[in-house]
Amino acid sequence: MKKFINNVDNVLVESLSGFAKAHSDLVELNLEPNFLTRAEKAQNKVAIISGGGSGHEPLHTGYIGYGMLDAACPGHVFTSPTPDQMLMAAEAVHADKGVLFIVKNYAGDVMNFEMAAEMLPFEHATVLISDDCAVVNSTYTTGRRGVAGTVIVEKCVGSLAETGADLQACKALGDKVNNRTSSIGVALTSCTVPAAGRPTFDINETEIEMGVGIHGEPGRRRETMRLADEIIGDCVQTILMDFKTRNLQATKKHEVLLLVNGFGATPLMELYLIYNTAAKLLNLHNLEISRSLVGNYTTALDMAGASITLCLLDDEIKQHWDSPVHTAALRWGK
Amino acid sequence: MKTEFILEAALAIQQIILANENALESLDREIGDGDHYINMKRGATTVAEMQADLAPLKPDEALNKIGLKLLSTIGGASGPLLASFFINMAKVLKEKGHESNLKIATAFASGVQAIIQRGKAGIGEKTMLDVLIPVSNQFVLLATQNCDIKLICTSLIHTAEQGMLSTKDLIATKGRAAGLGERAIGHIDPGARSCQLMIETVCKLVLDK
Repeated sequence: MKKFINNVDNVLVESLSGFAKAHSDLVELNLEPNFLTRAEKAQNKVAIISGGGSGHEPLHTGYIGYGMLDAACPGHVFTSPTPDQMLMAAEAVHADKGVLFIVKNYAGDVMNFEMAAEMLPFEHATVLISDDCAVVNSTYTTGRRGVAGTVIVEKCVGSLAETGADLQACKALGDKVNNRTSSIGVALTSCTVPAAGRPTFDINETEIEMGVGIHGEPGRRRETMRLADEIIGDCVQTILMDFKTRNLQATKKHEVLLLVNGFGATPLMELYLIYNTAAKLLNLHNLEISRSLVGNYTTALDMAGASITLCLLDDEIKQHWDSPVHTAALRWGK
Repeated sequence: MKTEFILEAALAIQQIILANENALESLDREIGDGDHYINMKRGATTVAEMQADLAPLKPDEALNKIGLKLLSTIGGASGPLLASFFINMAKVLKEKGHESNLKIATAFASGVQAIIQRGKAGIGEKTMLDVLIPVSNQFVLLATQNCDIKLICTSLIHTAEQGMLSTKDLIATKGRAAGLGERAIGHIDPGARSCQLMIETVCKLVLDK
């Protein structure tokens, strides 16, 4: 393992401290329990709080600020945060309009947020993110995982909350965006959890992991490396099939948001190449990419690979995607 | 049950987890995301370091304190699950007492029930419950029959091992391995393995007395 580390046990705290210093105009860091809030606490709005294992930066800390999150609770690397973090964060940012938790659908995150919610003394609701179409949903499984689509949900719900909308309206929009969003990832390499010191899984030079999760957990299939057009073609097909299976259609304007997300070690050059291929394919399917985002927005430490996320836009989602946002990782219109 | 035994068990559990670093890490790398050993080590070490705080407490108070500490230390799925186990076991011990094997078995079973509810899982889903449910059933059964504690422990070591091995041929429907489909077959669940190790360790402590 070759990484910038002083002491493996301090990686998270040193990184959070650096983040807080670099963005001291936007965020404030609390240690033990670990959580970050906006530097200027918002008033008269639903408090939007997210959290999850670390190693997916800029998710979620990079989305704290005007138009997105009020607080984020980072767990250890790839490990969900604990209920005391969520409780203290909620205590710090709630503004009498309730607390909305945005939680990615993993057993650990769900249980820890659930226990926090049970202990929370204010009105609360939870939006569960499950955009990963690589994992087939059934009554027997934990269900689809939450991946890069989380960014779109946090952006839209955060925007609505700024208007003073109530808790139920924020939850409803979050559920809608999640439902209209579908993602799939592909890994070219594994990733190394600092405390483990070696790659999470073995994959050789000629293989790719189709449907990989953002923790390097295996997907559905190990495949042979192919041309980018072929890999991306499969990804786009899987997403469109997912929408079809769930009876979801684009509106009459056929508008979609295309997010090409890097997992941490794939250069932007390749991400734009992926975008180019995906855009051509989507046009063939009569879909218009009216909004786009390309970059490292939901990473898996040092994994090489990328995910593609499509969101079927409607006027409401578009309005909240376009509205002003000022966070460390997303900023426009303000 | 005495608090002294809980302290002794905590140290023994820490040792067995540390001794199985490679085994637990490789199981989790095969079908998980590689954090199971690190989380178990963090939990076991934290509890082992609580000796002075726990020593003056009654057994139920000590278990409750361990549960609350695990809840804010481990994270992941293991955190709330193991915490629910200890907190609920403590609750039943407090209500019903801890003077007989049956009372301890009943409290243990209630802890396992709390894991079932929190994790919304059951037997055959390739999780720690494939060890805990059979162990809990066997514990209550043998305690009801007034069996000697050493015989109970010998039997539970065997039951835990069978349960752990049974996860090898299962498709996971809960936890991170649920995305793997049939590719999870042939791999032992790391959570089942660490639970089996902990049960074996505690039972051996009793047998050595």
